[in-house]
Amino acid sequence: MSPDRIVQSALLLSLALFVVGVVGVFLRRNVITVFMCVELMLNAVNLSFVAFSRALGTLDAQVLVFFVLTVAAAEAAVGLAIIIAIHRHRDTLDLDAFNLMKW
Amino acid sequence: MDFIYGLLPADLPTWVRVLGAGIACAVIGVTAMALGPLLYVYAETKVAGFMQDRIGPKRVGPHGLLQTVADAVKLLFKEAIYPAGADKKLFILAPCLVVVGAFLSFVVLPFGSRMQAVDLNIGLFYVVAVSSLSTVGLIMAGWASNNKYALFGAMRSAAQIVSYEIPAMMSLLTIVMIVGSLSLQEVVWAQQGGLQSWFLFRFFPIMPVVAIVFFTAGLAECNRAPFDIPEAESELVAGFHTEYSGFFFAMFFMAEYTEMLVISAVTSVLFLGGWWAPHPALQQIGSVGLGPFWLIAKAWFLMFVMMWLRWTLPRLRVDQLMYVAWKVLLPIGLTLVVLVGGLVLWFPDGFAWDGWVGWPLTLALFGFLFVVMQRAIRWSRKRAVEMAA
Amino acid sequence: MNAEAAVFYVLAAITVGSAAVVVLARSLIYSAFALLFTFVGVAGLYLLLGADFLAATQLLIYVGGILVLLLFGVMLTHKLYDLDLRSEVTQFLPGVIVSIGLFAVLALTAWRTDWAGGDGRAPAATTREIGQLFMGRYLLPFEAASILLLVALMGAAMIVRRKRSA
Repeated sequence: MSPDRIVQSALLLSLALFVVGVVGVFLRRNVITVFMCVELMLNAVNLSFVAFSRALGTLDAQVLVFFVLTVAAAEAAVGLAIIIAIHRHRDTLDLDAFNLMKW
Repeated sequence: MDFIYGLLPADLPTWVRVLGAGIACAVIGVTAMALGPLLYVYAETKVAGFMQDRIGPKRVGPHGLLQTVADAVKLLFKEAIYPAGADKKLFILAPCLVVVGAFLSFVVLPFGSRMQAVDLNIGLFYVVAVSSLSTVGLIMAGWASNNKYALFGAMRSAAQIVSYEIPAMMSLLTIVMIVGSLSLQEVVWAQQGGLQSWFLFRFFPIMPVVAIVFFTAGLAECNRAPFDIPEAESELVAGFHTEYSGFFFAMFFMAEYTEMLVISAVTSVLFLGGWWAPHPALQQIGSVGLGPFWLIAKAWFLMFVMMWLRWTLPRLRVDQLMYVAWKVLLPIGLTLVVLVGGLVLWFPDGFAWDGWVGWPLTLALFGFLFVVMQRAIRWSRKRAVEMAA
Repeated sequence: MNAEAAVFYVLAAITVGSAAVVVLARSLIYSAFALLFTFVGVAGLYLLLGADFLAATQLLIYVGGILVLLLFGVMLTHKLYDLDLRSEVTQFLPGVIVSIGLFAVLALTAWRTDWAGGDGRAPAATTREIGQLFMGRYLLPFEAASILLLVALMGAAMIVRRKRSA
């Protein structure tokens, strides 16, 4: 594969991964599944960053990936804590059931 | 690999020869590693017997040497039972994941200056990263078994591995700061020049602490006593592998002993000079390098220490386990990172007394322990004779 | 087709295939375990693109950290030995239409653009350079990220802790 071909292919792949994540967020009503789909989308974005890093020949994009990883880790910790706390109160994981703040 | 490459007929295309040589090497290596546990289990039973003043296996073969072979054959012929309500696909996948996670670390272990599968420039980091695969395997095993004890064991095990990974990383960091590289080969090269330049004896009172933190955390990561809460027989039957029998159980067993070997080998690479001999004169006999011999000897010695600890210390309670990880090892590890970071800046060549204080003291300690042990054995023998009389 | 392309297609199949399983699996636990293969596949792609340090980080953080955390979440929010962790699939049609539209637009952008910007070769050794970037140009974001992690740690502990009965 020529260099720009592989960058293009990686970008298309990351797009596919991102869209799969989006489909998941649309289709599933379970909080934890939605959470996993968000992780998929973050992974897709990371993959595109790495592809950009390869295309440009610099490492700044890879440094950005580390920040995304940090945010993903923080999000996993706090998000799951919130999910578990809500589960204790409402005894369900269905997103449509969490409508207390809905106007 | 070059040797096998040369054996293959030269009229084959290059990629066939490379692939063939690679596969042959992999098969030889994996077989050697898979057969290792036979030896280690035998050693473990013998050590256990010695510690408890028993004889250990002696019926099958001379000195019971074939006992583990017999056990392995029994396990292989045993029917693999799938518990009712178990998830069969995940049930089979789980032991495979655990074994893969354990074996992948061998890729970067340096057995000699040229005996290494790949010298990754992220070697140390790779070892840590790969070991996280088996964590997921353990949870999968616990969940797929459809057994609450298995699930509890798996959850405990995962929590334990995730917690102890942090102090282990901290102690790895100190080594990385001293060497300035993540490559295991470079870590070994930085310890050139015999016993006195091993990292265990660098910055004398400090690096031994690092080594102890790393070894303790490693012990906990392979779920060995005194950190064997995940498979505490008295509480959880057998932890995550309660429901496994036959070949799959053998796989878990293999993974456990392989992981022990990996932790021991990594510890000897980091602190005990890897494939360097204790004295430069012992590095080779004639033209035959003894590198692999020294690394394996050191790793086996550390495995003996693991067995020794297992049969000496009582098991920790769950809360004590977490206490040790988060309130003892982690603060010590953080302090060491800061301390060693400063020392590397101020004393790039180590302390003035590094060459002649650390190793005599350590040897003296071992000599002392040996004498104490000998006396204890003599005393217990004498007492046994008295009791019998 | 050369070796690089073959490896790429295998990894791509693993990644997208297991991602599809994550979305479509009937049982939550299957989604979680399928996520493992997605993460490993992405790590492999990083390696292929020459980001070796990042690949190891991906394994360590996503597989060893986030996935384990997720599995804990799944197990803590369901009855422990309940094999049937179903969740419903809803809003099928609008979701699929929007997703296909999104994919079409983004794919067109990626395809039309000329990516031959740099020399196109993977940077040789990444670890040292990434470290220098962190300690140099990105020092402030790096420190901010560490504070973010600390806050997340404390926040998560705060949220999950049961209230002590006074």
